[in-house]
Amino acid sequence: MRTQERLPRRRFLQVAAATGTAAATVGCGTDVSPWRTLTRAEGDTLAALCDQIIPPDQDAGASEAGVVDFLDRQLSGRYKRHRRLYREGIEAVNRIADGSFARLEPARQLELIQRVEAGKESKESAAFFALLVTHTMQGYYGMPRHGGNRNYASWRMIGVPVRPLRGRRPENEVRG
Amino acid sequence: MSLPAVDAVVIGAGAGGGIVAKELAVAGLKVVLLERGKWHNAWDCLKDDLKNQRTNPLGNSFGPDDDRNPRVVVDSNGRQRIVEPSGPGYSNNAACVGGGTFSYGAMAWRFLPKDFRMRSTYGTPAGSTLDDWPISYEELEPRYTKAEWEIGVSGDNRQNPFFGPQSKPLPMPPLIPTKEETILHAGAQKLGLHPFPIPMLRNTIPYNGRGACMRCRWCVGFACEVDAKCGTQNTVIPTALATGNCELRTGCMVKEIQVDGRGHATGIAYYDEHDHLREQPANLVVVAGSAVETARLLLNSKSRLFPNGIGNRYDWVGRNLQGHTYTGAYGIFDEETYDDLGPGASIAICDYNHGNPGLAGGAMLANEFIRTPIQFTGILPPGMPKWGKAHKDYMRSFYRRMITVMGPTQEIPHFESRVTVDPRVLDYWGIPVARLSGPRHPHTLEIANVMSEKAEAWLKASGAVRTWQRKASQGTSGGQHQAGTCRMGVDPKASVVNKYGQVHEADNVFIADGSLHVTNGGFNPVLTIMALAYHVSDYLVREWRGTRFRS
Repeated sequence: MRTQERLPRRRFLQVAAATGTAAATVGCGTDVSPWRTLTRAEGDTLAALCDQIIPPDQDAGASEAGVVDFLDRQLSGRYKRHRRLYREGIEAVNRIADGSFARLEPARQLELIQRVEAGKESKESAAFFALLVTHTMQGYYGMPRHGGNRNYASWRMIGVPVRPLRGRRPENEVRG
Repeated sequence: MSLPAVDAVVIGAGAGGGIVAKELAVAGLKVVLLERGKWHNAWDCLKDDLKNQRTNPLGNSFGPDDDRNPRVVVDSNGRQRIVEPSGPGYSNNAACVGGGTFSYGAMAWRFLPKDFRMRSTYGTPAGSTLDDWPISYEELEPRYTKAEWEIGVSGDNRQNPFFGPQSKPLPMPPLIPTKEETILHAGAQKLGLHPFPIPMLRNTIPYNGRGACMRCRWCVGFACEVDAKCGTQNTVIPTALATGNCELRTGCMVKEIQVDGRGHATGIAYYDEHDHLREQPANLVVVAGSAVETARLLLNSKSRLFPNGIGNRYDWVGRNLQGHTYTGAYGIFDEETYDDLGPGASIAICDYNHGNPGLAGGAMLANEFIRTPIQFTGILPPGMPKWGKAHKDYMRSFYRRMITVMGPTQEIPHFESRVTVDPRVLDYWGIPVARLSGPRHPHTLEIANVMSEKAEAWLKASGAVRTWQRKASQGTSGGQHQAGTCRMGVDPKASVVNKYGQVHEADNVFIADGSLHVTNGGFNPVLTIMALAYHVSDYLVREWRGTRFRS
């Protein structure tokens, strides 16, 4: 049986910094990103975009339901292949918004993305938005284990029982 | 490098391969059953709506893995693209012990008698290869019964007047009806149709040592948490292993079938789970990798005698690739229709499989498996935006008030709908990958669009206040119901195997999967694949007792 060897503390911090797990303690002040893939500004832009895709009303909107968490996680995983499209798409949206999409008024945000969606800005930004709609739906309506649908917000909204059925129920009886 | 010889090698531990391995092992043959995937079981039931065999944006759950198994898909403009198993157009089936039977929705359909004689019934539409099977429903009937009892099917087929004669009733009764089923039953009767419970490869009472369905909403595309879904991995494969005559090797990718100078197969070459190339000598080779992979393997098994692949002297291997063209309709109701009682699909009609004026065939129509929320986000009435407040309102209001009726239109076979191999695109093991190309026959789309109208009418008669259709579109065939690529036939110049699944050109190479289908019925094909596997096995066992398939 191998004995566990504990890394000396300095070595642990070096390793942690290299793998990004200690990212929150690296850097200074407002540059600190709460995300593992996205910068803070990218996260803010995505939150604003997603909240147009699934807006808050009497039920949680996309960002409150953790959709940006889902996106951030998948961009390090299965959706690594989409990172460039996301980075460039977010940049394009902020550029069209003259600096910050997140700081626009909601009505102006909606106008802007409708133009983007219709391809009136560029083919790439239209492709980015289409993909973002798909991913936002996944993050909002999919299983919480992937980072989104916090506390099953969307399932409660549409009326899906939150826990999977287990065991027998009277309905399991069969017709005679 | 060469392993000790066995009597038979069976390639693919799925619907067909599992049955053949068991029949041969019980008859006393020494069998090696090879499977490229793993042996999953109920513990691997993830219930992950983003990662399963049906909805897979985050990957599939039971293989084949995306890193090692690309295919090439050619679209209607001739553009080729490389696709991974979780990608669109791949035509994936689970690669694991049990194959698709591990994670399917488990509909258990007998084809109708007319499905075996489509040419005699309708003639051959121009530009198609529609033909009769060399066997009849009556010849296959005992094998359907055997599959229903040995693998396990529940339902009540006596309620369907369109089914052919059945020598034994189903061993298990159907599940108690859901709300959807009650609503649709009334609507069907109003129209003078003949609704009945869908037969399912699913335990509804304890059977074969396993318990009954728990009515969850995670069926099609998922493993069964309580092992009530019947596949070959929890029935015939354990039986095969228990005889002591069958060895199952997982993680094995077959490279080619080896033949001697006279066209007699001597065995196979395959990569084992450590990627070492092995040779397994055998007197009999049975291929059951599903229609795409079986055709691919035959095409890649080239030799001096078979420069274009085994069985391919007349260029029929890989041809006539079929699946099903799914169309139907959606209906919104004023009352709630959702009761969270799975699996969801429960009621069907066969009134439109045949006898449609001016149409060669048709489809069974049935309600659908429970849609996960993410699946529902894409089921939108005309004019509904794909995002925004309106879309959210739609999800909130209608998820529990919508019924879907769909049907697998029987495709008209097309010679140019085919599987070939791409010499420039290789998989992880260096084997040329399958390339899928070709159109759907225009008459298939005509039939499918009529089926949409019938589905909509049924929903309306059932009280739907708003309905819309899903129409057919052009595109490559195949899909999970892939079939037809090594069709049975009497004429060696216009088929690949004879009526027993024996390759015309190679007397000890057999096929036992959906590749055999001449036409593919208006139904999910798995029970027919199972019946054919028993049919082929019966012939193999009888012939083996004679010649032992030695050259």
